[in-house]
Amino acid sequence: MAVNDEEHRRASSRAEEFLQVFKKGAEFTQELLKENERLRFQVLRLQEAQKKSTPAGSDNEEIVRLQRRIDELEQEKSEILDRIKEVEAENLDFANRYVDIENENNMLANLYIASYQLHSTLDFNEVLQIILEIIINLIGGEQFAIMLLDEKNKYLKGFAAEGLEVDELPEITLGDGIIGTMAQTGENYFVDDLEGYQKDFTNPMVCIPLKIKEHVIGVIVIYSLLEQKSKFAEVDYELFTLLAGHAATAIFSSKLYSESERKLSTIQGFIDLMTK
Amino acid sequence: MTTYKVLIVEDSPTMRQLIVFALKRLRGLQIVEANDGVDGLKKLSTEKFDLILTDINMPIMDGLKLVSLVRNDPSYKEVPIVIITTEGANEDRERALALGANEYITKPIQTTKIIEAATRLLGL
Repeated sequence: MAVNDEEHRRASSRAEEFLQVFKKGAEFTQELLKENERLRFQVLRLQEAQKKSTPAGSDNEEIVRLQRRIDELEQEKSEILDRIKEVEAENLDFANRYVDIENENNMLANLYIASYQLHSTLDFNEVLQIILEIIINLIGGEQFAIMLLDEKNKYLKGFAAEGLEVDELPEITLGDGIIGTMAQTGENYFVDDLEGYQKDFTNPMVCIPLKIKEHVIGVIVIYSLLEQKSKFAEVDYELFTLLAGHAATAIFSSKLYSESERKLSTIQGFIDLMTK
Repeated sequence: MTTYKVLIVEDSPTMRQLIVFALKRLRGLQIVEANDGVDGLKKLSTEKFDLILTDINMPIMDGLKLVSLVRNDPSYKEVPIVIITTEGANEDRERALALGANEYITKPIQTTKIIEAATRLLGL
């Protein structure tokens, strides 16, 4: 009986122990369930947050559309920039052409003034003076001369000069050297090496025949240019030829006028003598 | 419209005409011409000018003497002066500018430069 009691007591103690363990297990399970619930809730919240930050399918389409639009605009921008470059190049071209036309306009205006001045008088010396002024102010000559042809004796003689004395100039026979040859052929002469040119009265740096149509009446010879004029501009060559034509006509007319004036004066004197 | 009076002092009639023709492209200019420095001074004493353009090498009185006299005249102390000359050396330019010239343009004629200088100095 005592043994039974003892066994009964032991069994009851073990049952109590088991109950205690079971209770602890139940509490632990409860805690795990709570933790599980809390974590689930947190996962849900994170998923929602991610949903908000990550675009959905329709948002992706919008992005693709916008990207396409950006590409189009980039293309458009590139085309506009190309067009701007083209317009800038055109503008530059127009500006250069404007400068060219302006220069040509200035040259023509100057030529108009020069020819107007040349034909403004019939005084031979005044005409020669005007030619000298034109060569200084329009062409930039420093030492130069006007030589006229003695048609009877076939030689050229200095009549007016600037920067040198007329007497210094040699008489040139028609056909001799550069001056004589240019007077004979009627062609313009420009020395090849302008910088290396050394002054020589028989070999000028420039020789321009004074022509009325094909008839040469003299030449303009240039021996040096102004310090600031290192070379001839394109327009100068044109200017030389045009001026030479006007100068020749002016010289020829004034010479004829002077001669006729002289003859008239002689005849008038003779008539006066006869009628007295 | 404001009218500006411009005096051109130049012994060469051809060069004077070239300058006059160039300046005629600007509106509102009244141009007076003088043959040399003395003639220029006479005109300056009787009329008021807004701009003077002068050559250097002239008979009777050269352009530098004219610049010097004009700059010493209180009534013309501020009037702009443009030199148009054959003298292309730097010393000539510096001398003219030191005497009081505002602009120094060399020959042969540079129409564009003359127009630009007149436009700028007159504030057109």
